[in-house]
Amino acid sequence: MSRADVRAETEGAAPGRGGTRSPSPLWSLGLLRSELLTTFRRWRTLALLAVLAAVPVLVGIAVRIETGDGSSLGGGGGGGEGPAFISQISNNGLFLVFTALAATLPFFLPMAVGVVAGDAIAGEASAGTLRYLLVAPAGRTRLLLTKYATVIAFCLAATLVVAVSALAVGALLFPVGDLITISGTRIGYAEGLGRALLIALVVAASLVGVAALGLFVSTLTGSGIAAMATTVGLLITVQILDQIPQLDALQPYFFSHYWLSFADLMREPVYWDDLVKNLGLQALYAAVFGSAAWARFTTRDITA
Amino acid sequence: MAPIDSDDNTTAGEGEELRAGRRKAARYVVPVAVMGVAAATIGLVPALADSGDPDLPKITAQQLIEKIATSDVEQMSGTVRINTDLGLPDLGGLESGLLSGMSAGPGSGGDGEGSAADPSAKLTELVSGSHTLRVAADGPDRQKLSLLENAAEYSLVHNGEDVWGYDSKSNEVYHSTAPADEGRPGRGTPDKDVPATPKDFAEQALKAVDDTTSVTVRGTAQVAGRDAYRLVVEPKQDGSTVSAITVAVDAETGLPLKFTLTPASGGAAVVDVGFTQVSFAKPDASTFDFTPPEGAKVTESDTGAKAPEHGRPAGGDLAGELEGLKVIGEGWNSIATFDTGARGGLPTGSPGGDLGGLGGFLGSFGDQVKGDFGSGTVFKTRLVNALITDDGKVYAGAVTKDALVKAADAAR
Repeated sequence: MSRADVRAETEGAAPGRGGTRSPSPLWSLGLLRSELLTTFRRWRTLALLAVLAAVPVLVGIAVRIETGDGSSLGGGGGGGEGPAFISQISNNGLFLVFTALAATLPFFLPMAVGVVAGDAIAGEASAGTLRYLLVAPAGRTRLLLTKYATVIAFCLAATLVVAVSALAVGALLFPVGDLITISGTRIGYAEGLGRALLIALVVAASLVGVAALGLFVSTLTGSGIAAMATTVGLLITVQILDQIPQLDALQPYFFSHYWLSFADLMREPVYWDDLVKNLGLQALYAAVFGSAAWARFTTRDITA
Repeated sequence: MAPIDSDDNTTAGEGEELRAGRRKAARYVVPVAVMGVAAATIGLVPALADSGDPDLPKITAQQLIEKIATSDVEQMSGTVRINTDLGLPDLGGLESGLLSGMSAGPGSGGDGEGSAADPSAKLTELVSGSHTLRVAADGPDRQKLSLLENAAEYSLVHNGEDVWGYDSKSNEVYHSTAPADEGRPGRGTPDKDVPATPKDFAEQALKAVDDTTSVTVRGTAQVAGRDAYRLVVEPKQDGSTVSAITVAVDAETGLPLKFTLTPASGGAAVVDVGFTQVSFAKPDASTFDFTPPEGAKVTESDTGAKAPEHGRPAGGDLAGELEGLKVIGEGWNSIATFDTGARGGLPTGSPGGDLGGLGGFLGSFGDQVKGDFGSGTVFKTRLVNALITDDGKVYAGAVTKDALVKAADAAR
């Protein structure tokens, strides 16, 4: 289904952006398909996805061992340590999905996206394959859009890998059934699953900003490693700056600031303010760094 | 726009190169323009959305106060934003640790009384910082108050005889029963010790109205999309740290929608509580249903009165525990004074309990003052100042430093 989404997006974006020679939409689909296949067949990509899939397994087993004797996690008065929702896992396996996403979103997921996005253009340049890609009558704009679509497909795939792995581990190790929202109301398992899917989509959308940033960095350099390191470095820097209270005037504009707002989907009724801010911010980052990447990539001399 | 052609500069002449260079630079205008548009939108939309103050029929302050008093909103729901800036030094985690330490008492941490879901412990957190609350009410018997936290929520549900507190972060439940004959708890916040809604704050402020106070209706405002009158309460005397209290009162229902306390020293409001969204429709009945989740730790309160007794914020106990508490002055300039009996400045066995160990630490925040009374230390916040003299007397009130010194001199 990820491919279908992406397909719709490229089709929407392609008209009007074409060059003097505008190949048929089917042709860009071919380009996209080959890009997706190249990306998802890479050992590096598969290893990243495997690491992401392992996180919920580790969390699940740890919680299972901790609560195996019937005691509740966190024990007495304190509680509330560790990733969000962790205290509810032992009562309902579905909460492992939320905990796993909350645990991977600050670092693992954006790091994986940063690696793939940073590699998108710079990797081709350092491997010397970029000029061959441009020899094909695709146009640079179209190639960039295809690359970005591939990175976004990876965002979605990575998030779904975490969610599905957590869902499976949660169902295996813990009871499932009706769940309690964080507002204390009860919702059915089917609606809980629906919300889990919605949360996975919101988490994937939260990564769109990092993806655009990584793509822009990728157009700046001819070295894939440098682009990946810069993107991940920027990510860590922003995460640190987001913790400094003196910068609270700037923090609402950091791409990671509203990331954990996905938890608001578990309130009853859902609290939309921060979710909307998050999605708007990601769209803004995508627009600014996407167009910056376009400006850079379409004007730069390709020497490799 | 033909991207593929942009690397054909081998054949380009000098003039063409220049033009190509310009065209390249022109492309960077796009991201800059996107950023500019975004910045303009962020800056302008709130200004444009502020459609000016609504036109409402004139009303006197007396009528407006009556309107608040007779306001009988039984069914409502909304989102409340609370900002408090008392000007306390930002102690970060220490501050919240202190607050919970004071309110949870010695039982916290053990499996006895210190439940993370205890309402009095939880609502004390509202005293500092910014918080988002959700309130819902349906008649006197059913109310819900939720404190939205990062990826967690604290809910306080009053439904009939039951009062439930649920802390989703620690998955703990607190339960107490509110006997029907004991009168109903405050609307919106069952079993509360701390005011949370603009109405609670407004009621407190209007209690203080006497001849030392001027109350006027000053214009109108839009709050949470509703037309409201602005009721301004100001102290007439000099020496108060309070400049004004502004209450925005819903023109239709008389419900206070926003409460703002501005300090005389200027700057941001000390307390700013307002609805960001409000609806007077009947909330969904399921809003008030609560059954403890499986596996949650439930703390039962023996009686409805027990929880506040062990967990009241230090301020409440302070007055009761201390003998010889006197109030000097009247109205806004009231100064509470008491003798700690501890000579040598900062009391070490401070009534605040946990504060005691911090005595020396707090001393570094104070200003040394001298007067006819001797010398002492003034602790300043943006609202309340306190003078602790070297012979162990404490003067505290919402008044300026000079007023405190004057009071201390007069008491001599």
